[in-house]
Amino acid sequence: MATPGELLFEQPSEDTLRVILSGRWKLGKDLPSADVVRQKAKGAPAVRDIGIDAQGLADWDTGLLIFLADIWKFCAEEKIRLTSTGLPQGVKNLLELATAVPEKKDARKAGERVSFLTNLGNEAVGFFRSFSDLLEFVGEATVAFLKLLRGKAQYRRVDLGLTIEACGAQALPIVTLISFLVGMILAFVGAIQLKMFGAEIYVANLVGVAMVRLMAAIMTGIVMAGRTGGAFAAQLGTMQVNQEVDALKTLGLSPMEFLVLPRMLALALMMPLLALYANVMGVLGGAVVAASMPNITLIQYYNQTTGAVGMWDLGIGLFSSAVFGVIVALSGCMRGMQCGRSASAVGDAATSAVVTAIVGIIVATAIITLITNLLGV
Amino acid sequence: MPHEGPHITVRDLTMAYGAFVVMHDLNFTINRGDVFIIMGGSGCGKSTMMTMLIGLKRPAKGQIFYADVNFWDSDPEARDTIIRRAGVMYQGGALWSSMTLAENVGLPLETYTDLSPRQIREVVQMKLALVGLAGFEEFYPSEISGGMQKRAGIARAMALDPEILFFDEPSAGLDPVSARRLDDLILQLRESLGTTMVVVTHELASIFTIGNNSVFLDASKRTMTATGDPKKLLAETTDPTLRLFLTRGEKS
Repeated sequence: MATPGELLFEQPSEDTLRVILSGRWKLGKDLPSADVVRQKAKGAPAVRDIGIDAQGLADWDTGLLIFLADIWKFCAEEKIRLTSTGLPQGVKNLLELATAVPEKKDARKAGERVSFLTNLGNEAVGFFRSFSDLLEFVGEATVAFLKLLRGKAQYRRVDLGLTIEACGAQALPIVTLISFLVGMILAFVGAIQLKMFGAEIYVANLVGVAMVRLMAAIMTGIVMAGRTGGAFAAQLGTMQVNQEVDALKTLGLSPMEFLVLPRMLALALMMPLLALYANVMGVLGGAVVAASMPNITLIQYYNQTTGAVGMWDLGIGLFSSAVFGVIVALSGCMRGMQCGRSASAVGDAATSAVVTAIVGIIVATAIITLITNLLGV
Repeated sequence: MPHEGPHITVRDLTMAYGAFVVMHDLNFTINRGDVFIIMGGSGCGKSTMMTMLIGLKRPAKGQIFYADVNFWDSDPEARDTIIRRAGVMYQGGALWSSMTLAENVGLPLETYTDLSPRQIREVVQMKLALVGLAGFEEFYPSEISGGMQKRAGIARAMALDPEILFFDEPSAGLDPVSARRLDDLILQLRESLGTTMVVVTHELASIFTIGNNSVFLDASKRTMTATGDPKKLLAETTDPTLRLFLTRGEKS
């Protein structure tokens, strides 16, 4: 094996510098840097001529190329004449190739540094702009929905059916699991507290009201945000990347009616059904825990639940879930349609869809709770 | 419908992304029945040019006329009507991935015609046969090769018998024989249907085989430097950049 790359300097006269390269000149840590030559040349400002002597060179790769390109650039800047002897023909050819097309100056990304305040301001403006985007999207979705009511919307019934299946029936297992467990957890937590007052039977009230009025809708909402909202964003985002959305537009088909409407409709229809199912599952979960307690029977639990949960609770729960369905579908579709044209943009769209949906669900819950509180129902 | 005269006229067009001007002062005319080539090096804005012609991106400045109608000043409905008379083949085919080829080609027909399902099926089979994809009706886009996807994209673009067809890099990524077959297809369609063809490409072989009119976008000057029959341009041009492009950089 040859010795590693080595750099030697000779200064035969005041204005000439000889740079002697020898050994194995391959990319790696032990390769001399062109900065050494720079230093040397700067240290002798009289130098107007640099000669590279590569006769002792054993082996080379890109390491030599970047070294030489750097020196070449430096010489061009300082208007120093550069000559070489003994450079392999391949190196000369490659260097020529690399300098054949001049660097495109204005194509470089502007690397201007922005001050913290400017950045903060830009972010804030962007944040408020995103609200107008949201409003615009909601507006367009509403127009598409009105068109649907008048029977004028263009979409494929098959798509609606497939989406209903994907966000309805196929979501049942996960909704079952989550709501059953949430019912159980509520029952456990409640039972421990209520035991202190000897009022274990009120576990039924706690689980029933909490699930039916609120938790079932929220839990299905969050599950669907992760499961279906993310999927919507990824689907529509990929369609943007593949120009499928453009293809719809140039055919005069509105992506809003064709893609967003069926998804929104499917979720708004399926979410209340899923929430209803989650109600039953949650109450069942509570019942399992209650039945394991010594002095509660299933019949008692059943009677207590039907006594505690009113039609208002059910109505509010189902209404919330329909709202959540629209929120999940809207945020999924909006992020998907806003998606850029790259794989990472699709990932961002899916993430952002889930985040937007969950924030939307929590905010909507707060608003609904506030209103029902004011109305006293 | 007249068979002569200008079909699309571009006047003083400027393309820009934000403050970054890609091309400025573009003026050219696409006549009816032309095979019009939009050519230029990579990154010169050929595809952007097409997105403006088909109504996907508003130009920063200037006008595009379809016959006498100022395209970008019309209201969205009018624009839709104009663009519905055009078919577009996108670079990667852009077939709707959740639908079979038959559904892809059939969707425009279902949407804009009163044809019965049976008739639609027949039209679809015809269009797919024209691009050499007979028998692939029930395949999904992901199940066929890239070249086949492009051809299926053409079949879909042709579904409504458009007056004008746009092709974005039709031969990119195809083997030479398939590329040649695609060129022949474009020529045959033009001859038999009289369709105006606008082709965005930088494949020299295609440019000289099919083009009878063109515009050259020069990325270094950020504007067009020539328009006309590419064969004539090659014979007559004195512009070194265009000569370099049309001769594949070979030294003459």
